Amino acid sequence: MKDILNQLNPVFDHRNRLGIMSILAVNDWVDYGTLKELLNLTDGNLASHMKPLEAAEYVEYRKQFIGRRPQTTYASTAAGKAAFKAHLDALEAMLKFGK
Amino acid sequence: MNDSQKQLEHLAEMRSLMERSTRFLSLSGLSGVWAGCCALVGAFFVRYYLEAQYLGEYGVSDVYYNRSGSATTAGLGYETTLVLTALAVMAAALAGGWFFTARKARLRGERVWEASSRRLLWALLVPLATGGVFCLALLYWNLIAFLAPATLVFYGLALLNGSKYTLGDVGSLGLLQIALGLSAMFFPGRGLELWAIGFGVLHILYGGWMYHKYDR
Repeated sequence: MKDILNQLNPVFDHRNRLGIMSILAVNDWVDYGTLKELLNLTDGNLASHMKPLEAAEYVEYRKQFIGRRPQTTYASTAAGKAAFKAHLDALEAMLKFGK
Repeated sequence: MNDSQKQLEHLAEMRSLMERSTRFLSLSGLSGVWAGCCALVGAFFVRYYLEAQYLGEYGVSDVYYNRSGSATTAGLGYETTLVLTALAVMAAALAGGWFFTARKARLRGERVWEASSRRLLWALLVPLATGGVFCLALLYWNLIAFLAPATLVFYGLALLNGSKYTLGDVGSLGLLQIALGLSAMFFPGRGLELWAIGFGVLHILYGGWMYHKYDR
């Protein structure tokens, strides 16, 4: 059991970060506003959860202008997808073990 | 295992996020029922009003084969009245469809105009627009018998394409429409009836079933 727990990625140790990775796993690029809405988060809240994901290079972002308004869109990197999958595998193993 | 309880909740939430971020789930079954009713009214109008005007000349099924330059009592040609009826049916179906879907989105606390609904519309639009132009070409060459099958086939393809971005049941409705459309190709005199079954009856059945399954 201890081994399995060690495989759980500490970067993903929060439901909102798992939420961000889930959305980015099935979409190409998602803009900040859509993420905020889907996750039901405030600006600051989403930013603070995005930071560790960016630091780990699990997500990348692109800034562009839609007319005059800046828009940031996010995608998960290959490393992020692999880490997310490993984390889910560990979760699955843990849940099986728990039974 | 309090911890695994928590993880299970997270997993359920992740699953819902994946679904909500890719699929437009506010599509209302009532939109389908409404569209079906509009289609039936349109089909009855064409059969019992428009074609009745031509009975004396050709008989009902002959209308599909013969082009008539003569005007109806309304003063419009057969094709013009047919196209106007089709446009009116489509406008009524879309307006009502929008109303019920917007209402469902509001009740679910979601927006109608968002990334997933835009993707759905785009997926529907390309096959539909292709079908629209295709049908205009059929009209242009007086191939009226193929209008009903063509609308069914292209609409079915559009639904199948769009089903990736909304409730999956839409895909099987699309397959049924394609099957009906292809069979209609071999029964040109029965085009209108098959069209009414596809756009009318199937919409009502599927819409009612989806309403029962998701909306209540």
